[in-house]
Amino acid sequence: MLDERQLLTVLQHGLPLVSRPYATIAEQIGSTEQEVIDHIAQMQQRGDIKRFGVVVRHRKLGYQSNGMVVWDIPDDRVDELGVCFGKFEFVNLSYRRPRRLPDWPYNLFCMIHGHDREDVMRNLAQMIDSCQAGNIPHAILFSTECYKQRGAVYIHDQTAAGHGA
Amino acid sequence: MNTLHSLDKKIINGLQGGFPLCEHPWEELSRQLDIPADEIIARIDRLMKDGYISRFGPMYNAEKLGGGLTLAAMKVPASRFDEITELVNAFDEVAHNYQRDHILNMWFVIATEKPEQINQVICKIEKQSGLLVYNMPKKEEYFLGLKFEV
Repeated sequence: MLDERQLLTVLQHGLPLVSRPYATIAEQIGSTEQEVIDHIAQMQQRGDIKRFGVVVRHRKLGYQSNGMVVWDIPDDRVDELGVCFGKFEFVNLSYRRPRRLPDWPYNLFCMIHGHDREDVMRNLAQMIDSCQAGNIPHAILFSTECYKQRGAVYIHDQTAAGHGA
Repeated sequence: MNTLHSLDKKIINGLQGGFPLCEHPWEELSRQLDIPADEIIARIDRLMKDGYISRFGPMYNAEKLGGGLTLAAMKVPASRFDEITELVNAFDEVAHNYQRDHILNMWFVIATEKPEQINQVICKIEKQSGLLVYNMPKKEEYFLGLKFEV
């Protein structure tokens, strides 16, 4: 029988670079190759696994600039604009989050990656224009330093997945 | 900055769409990308060693798996920035930490095995630093792509 927790723990370290990776995983958790394949497929269908593939370090790949654009949107327009912004190819994330007044009036967060800041600003202008967001107060926070970029640990024996909390 | 071989780019772009779920995934991928399976494996291995790829495998949905996940920010005085960076990064639960140009100048992700542990981590950081941690958990997700055409 396949133990899901064991599977998740082994998988969070990534897939082994061997000719039959699912068989190797199966061996580690005392299951079968087919069970592992079926279970991962189920988890993808259920949405427990969002994606299966590679996580790239965008800085090393030439996407030097990462701008977090935050918007203070009237509550009745958040969904509409959140969806509209999320459609752009260069928007990697579009989330609604709580305001933290008085310091933080913004309730929608978009992450935009670009090759440089100008690239990011051009993309932002396009979003504002095409989603009719010209009157929405917003700010753009560029990252000036990256202190820690590694996967989150969901199962605490060690490392794992993800960006975009 | 971008010195990737065209085959590396093809592999990265191809893999961001997913990895085949079958007994011989490399052969399947080889057919899709028209690159020999051995070469794909060797190139991924090299890309990981060189740091272009940080992970090769699944990206979990923390909330659906019962975990806690949030984005947190702090207003850190410039004179204390290095000290606080060290303090925050020392937590295993802190995944990404960026300095950003705003009064809220430190932004990081906290991921925990159980949702209630988020507040425990925040309390510890506040206690140890004497600074307020702004907790901004996701309320709605409109899109998560995270694909980078290279």
